[in-house]
Amino acid sequence: MKVWGLHLAVLAALALLGLVLPQYHATNLARIMVLAVFAMGYNLAFGYAGLLSLGHALFFAAGMYGAGLPAWHWGWGAAPALLAGAMAGGLAAVIVGLLALRTAGVSFMIVTLMFAKAFALTILYFNSWTGGDEGFVVPDTGRALFGATLAADGPRYALAWGLFTVALGLSLLLVRSRFGRVMVALRENEERARMLGINPYAAKLQVMGISGLYSGAAGAAYALLFGYVGGTFADIQYSILPMLYVLLGGAGTVLGAGLGAALMFYLTDVASSVTDAWLFVVGAALVVLVLFAPKGILGWVRARWWRDLP
Amino acid sequence: MLELAAVTAGYGPVTVLRGVDFTARAGEVTCVMGRNGAGKSTLMKAIMGIVPVSSGRISLAGVDIHGLPAHQVPRHGLAWVPQGRRLFGPLTVAENLEVGGLARGNRREIRAHVLSLFPRLAERLDQPSATLSGGEQQMLAIARALCLEPRVLLLDEPTEGLQPSMITLIREAVLRLKAEGVAVVLVEQRVDAVLKMADRVAFMAHGRVEETLAAADLTPGARAFRDYVGV
Repeated sequence: MKVWGLHLAVLAALALLGLVLPQYHATNLARIMVLAVFAMGYNLAFGYAGLLSLGHALFFAAGMYGAGLPAWHWGWGAAPALLAGAMAGGLAAVIVGLLALRTAGVSFMIVTLMFAKAFALTILYFNSWTGGDEGFVVPDTGRALFGATLAADGPRYALAWGLFTVALGLSLLLVRSRFGRVMVALRENEERARMLGINPYAAKLQVMGISGLYSGAAGAAYALLFGYVGGTFADIQYSILPMLYVLLGGAGTVLGAGLGAALMFYLTDVASSVTDAWLFVVGAALVVLVLFAPKGILGWVRARWWRDLP
Repeated sequence: MLELAAVTAGYGPVTVLRGVDFTARAGEVTCVMGRNGAGKSTLMKAIMGIVPVSSGRISLAGVDIHGLPAHQVPRHGLAWVPQGRRLFGPLTVAENLEVGGLARGNRREIRAHVLSLFPRLAERLDQPSATLSGGEQQMLAIARALCLEPRVLLLDEPTEGLQPSMITLIREAVLRLKAEGVAVVLVEQRVDAVLKMADRVAFMAHGRVEETLAAADLTPGARAFRDYVGV
């Protein structure tokens, strides 16, 4: 009850902030919520199941292109485009997982990284259809949802909040389910889990698929809410970002991904407005965090005060 | 119940088990003894499908189980508690048991039976397993394996490093399982523990079971203990 109360309070606070914040910060928060969904997907794979992937940019970009290309080429509306984007992310993750999960540890990181790189190059190769390096702007018809346009502040914030709410609720249900326990068991000791009759490959493939769905949905929403699709979103930077969000907020905590995304976003925003050496500031902050709270902020809270925090 | 015939197994080019013949019967405790490197732990891993068997046969109640994917072996009624417990630390006692019982559908009566064997765990169901004492962790490791309702239970040095009161509790549980018809295979180095629990003792050396003797015929100073264990 306490756990649900906390998560509902967070959602209520975010809904309220959408009404009271100035436009600049409301847009930022919408962006943060979408990135938080991406990070939640990463957190399920890395924080709960122990899958350290460097290929999540592929799933995010698959969602982005899965939504953006039908909107651009065939005039799809936002709802089917969003759905197609989420499915594209999930499908891409399952395809990558089928091969990458034959490996583990560093090999898994490298294989997932290579898949993401191959996808980024594919986008460039088919530039006449994908927009290549420059990308493309999502047409207005693709940003129309139930008579509203996602280019407007209100609907944009509402969709970001809605997506975040669904993602948070599903994450919470998932990690508190039996499958959630299996994910933790795989992270803690895969061999032991296998000896209890669990098929690690099948379970991890499911985790990858779910993580890909989250990433794809986030990528699709990002394209539709902010109106741009580009190859840079398939770069390794977009595989590292969700990892940093999760590490900062607390790997293996449901709210940690969102908290990490918000802190990182504003840390970058503020630091880059003060100095050109903002990457140094962000790096220093992360070093301090790793030294004093290696399990991330909510990991630290859980270790100290709230043992049951999911 | 569990039979190994001429089993050869190892790690890549290194052969560890060289033609092992071994039997574990229902309602008996069979201890496996031998010096370090004799192949005891590899024997457990080969039975569980972790170490590939290059020749020979492993069967459970007449059904061949060698060559099965390792995650399918427990579904045939085999459970293994390796050395070092290896619990899922952040999960509570109840959650560890839940994961243990997944392959068997987590039936309530199985969990009740397991907790009746280790009442101390019933008092700590909501406690993260990493915070249990060493003895309690060992109990949980065994309890978690029992959630699979095994017909054969493999225990690798379950009393290692435990205080005497805990050893007694674990021994009582093992003897109760034996009385219920479970075939228990126990890797153990301590002669006194073996003599208190075992029905038969298989002595291993150089990757083979060299001799299998009835525990009733053994005394603490028996030749077999000197020859194969060095005590």
